[in-house]
Amino acid sequence: MITRDYIISLINSNKRFDGRNLLDYRDIKIEYNVSEKNAEGSARVKIGETEVVAGVKFEVGEPFPDTPDEGTIVVNVELTPLASSEFEIGPPGIDAIEIARVIDRGIRESRAIDFKSLCIKEGEKIWLIFIDIYPINDGGNLLDASYLAAIAALKNARFPALVEDKVDYKTRKENLKLNFLPIECTVYKIHNKYVIDPTHEEEKMINARLTVAIREDGKICAIQKGGKGPISDKDFDEMLKIAYEKAKELRSLLK
Amino acid sequence: MYEKRFDGRAFDELRPMKAKVGIVKNAVGSAMFQIGKTIALAAVYGPRELHPRHLQDISSGTLRCFYNMMAFSGSGERVKPGPSRRSREIGLVTEKAILPVLDLTEFPRTTVDVFIELLQTDAGTRCAGICAASMALADAGFKMKDLVAAVSCGLVGGKIVVDLNYEEEAQEDAVDIPIAIIPRTGEITLLQADGIVTREQLKEAISLAKRKCLEIYEIQKRALKERYEKEVK
Amino acid sequence: MGKLFVKNKQIVVPGELIAKGMDYIPVGDAYRDGEDLIASRVSLIDINGRVIKLIPLRGTYIPKKGDIVIGRINEVGYYNWLVDIGYAYDANLSVRDATSDFIERGTELSRYYDLDEYIVTRIISVTKFKAIDLTMKGPGLKKLVGGIIINVIPQRIPRIVGKKGSMINLIKELTNCQIIVGQNGRIWIRGKNAEDEMLAIKAIRLVEEKAHTSGLTDEIKNFLMEAKKGKNV
Repeated sequence: MITRDYIISLINSNKRFDGRNLLDYRDIKIEYNVSEKNAEGSARVKIGETEVVAGVKFEVGEPFPDTPDEGTIVVNVELTPLASSEFEIGPPGIDAIEIARVIDRGIRESRAIDFKSLCIKEGEKIWLIFIDIYPINDGGNLLDASYLAAIAALKNARFPALVEDKVDYKTRKENLKLNFLPIECTVYKIHNKYVIDPTHEEEKMINARLTVAIREDGKICAIQKGGKGPISDKDFDEMLKIAYEKAKELRSLLK
Repeated sequence: MYEKRFDGRAFDELRPMKAKVGIVKNAVGSAMFQIGKTIALAAVYGPRELHPRHLQDISSGTLRCFYNMMAFSGSGERVKPGPSRRSREIGLVTEKAILPVLDLTEFPRTTVDVFIELLQTDAGTRCAGICAASMALADAGFKMKDLVAAVSCGLVGGKIVVDLNYEEEAQEDAVDIPIAIIPRTGEITLLQADGIVTREQLKEAISLAKRKCLEIYEIQKRALKERYEKEVK
Repeated sequence: MGKLFVKNKQIVVPGELIAKGMDYIPVGDAYRDGEDLIASRVSLIDINGRVIKLIPLRGTYIPKKGDIVIGRINEVGYYNWLVDIGYAYDANLSVRDATSDFIERGTELSRYYDLDEYIVTRIISVTKFKAIDLTMKGPGLKKLVGGIIINVIPQRIPRIVGKKGSMINLIKELTNCQIIVGQNGRIWIRGKNAEDEMLAIKAIRLVEEKAHTSGLTDEIKNFLMEAKKGKNV
């Protein structure tokens, strides 16, 4: 329970409560196969006190009529009340939906997954890839932690076997192929300063945030500007620059 | 006749267990309990305001338990997120399993909420959830007569076995009998069964569960102590 | 003579046997079941002859009459304020207990204490159902301006304060910070600069973490001296 004024005065003097620089992530740990018995891919990400798990399930479904030869992904975030006294029982609220959609776009639009390769039988059967994300402890910056958990879980996901058009979940086949490794990085603006990886207390002070999904070839594949405040051209240039640098750092953790 | 268990265990042998207390920093108490490949996480919040008001108990706090399987945690297809009739019933029996040991009279009108999430499942999930929840409540510093230990016993191929895994539970004639025990007194706080069983078999299953719950209790106790030992050295 | 089953400085968990026979006198959360003396909360054992003290290691803050606590204004009404003091339900601060000024009916009360402001206040009454009344009349009771507030485990407050205030005075002296400790586990700290405040917080966290270790006062003293030396170099 740090007072609002306190955080702002610290950040204005380029300091943070936990001793970090404004553009430092807390310690990041990525662990794979945390739920390997039944999930085709899974990972746990810890960023400081924030912890998120993600799991991947494959199902056979029907294609959308306008893309009869493409499979697809479904990203879902459950802000379970296990992780914070501020989360409530019930269907995903707007915060959970925003995180899920930003992650969905980052992965989908990067072309990391070739949706055509998920087609089993044109117009009839395709692979649906569900990515379900659960925070275990919300210590701030769930956006980046959730994205990292999702991409890590996808990275080690393996197809289940398909026997006469039925899924045999007991047998795992080849890895899901990722043609790119898109990374999402969120840059926050607190009182005219740019900040990376805010704690829960800092997060309440943000004026604006910019989430950028970047591929390793430098191409941007998704953007989300969030927060109540506006960002200027200068803000955008600076924040984008920071996102590029930090995305590199995050990508190296996934190798 | 079931002569040898699929995973090679003795009929009265539990799967390997792991327990850790203090896994969710935001919660007032929390714990992880793993038995075999089943992993349950539990976090406690409260005492806090209970709404709507007519649910408030003026003589004591109210315990509410919420059980949930993560969407990717189950065998086969993805589990649709959100409460189901099954998960709500398990929440209910979990509350009843723990209430006999828990004293919330210090906190009238409030609620104490326990959230149980299954990260991975291989049968015995409600029992693992109860084990984790009772550790989490003790970690939160609530007054309790004892912890609660729980395990599933049952019949597989006519044999009485303890701690069924998914493969065993999926056998056509398998009977699952989840049981929770107050370790000190041996009293039963959860007892369910689904399947055909004789009175003798049921009695035998219960006595086996009681015996094995003492082993589980030791794991729970050790995990709680480990959490605090560094504070007093 | 009865038999003792615990050692000094041992951690006990709910349901754990402390002693058999009636010779030992428990102080704290334990109950008797026939000849058995049983722990009913996660506690540290402190043996003094036949007296066995159970020091609670965790738990919710339970409001008590006379406690000085740090509260946050949660609602400003026409005749009163509702104050979050870290319990499930807000406490009440009535106009007549808030100030000795004459306040005319209809005065905007936020002029005195506004939403989200912090106060040091005293509990004047707690009813059976935990309705809590506060007062601002008394030495040291005031609005808190500036500084930072941290939460600690309420059970650790006595150790953080120390015998006759020895520990907290040591921290105040060596960090040049003003510090106010609320019985509800909230501590307000204000220094001349952020470095001093962070040092004070680190020292308090160290006491909280190692509350029951021996030689703690010396350890804190050394820690603060070293930290200050490091800064001067």
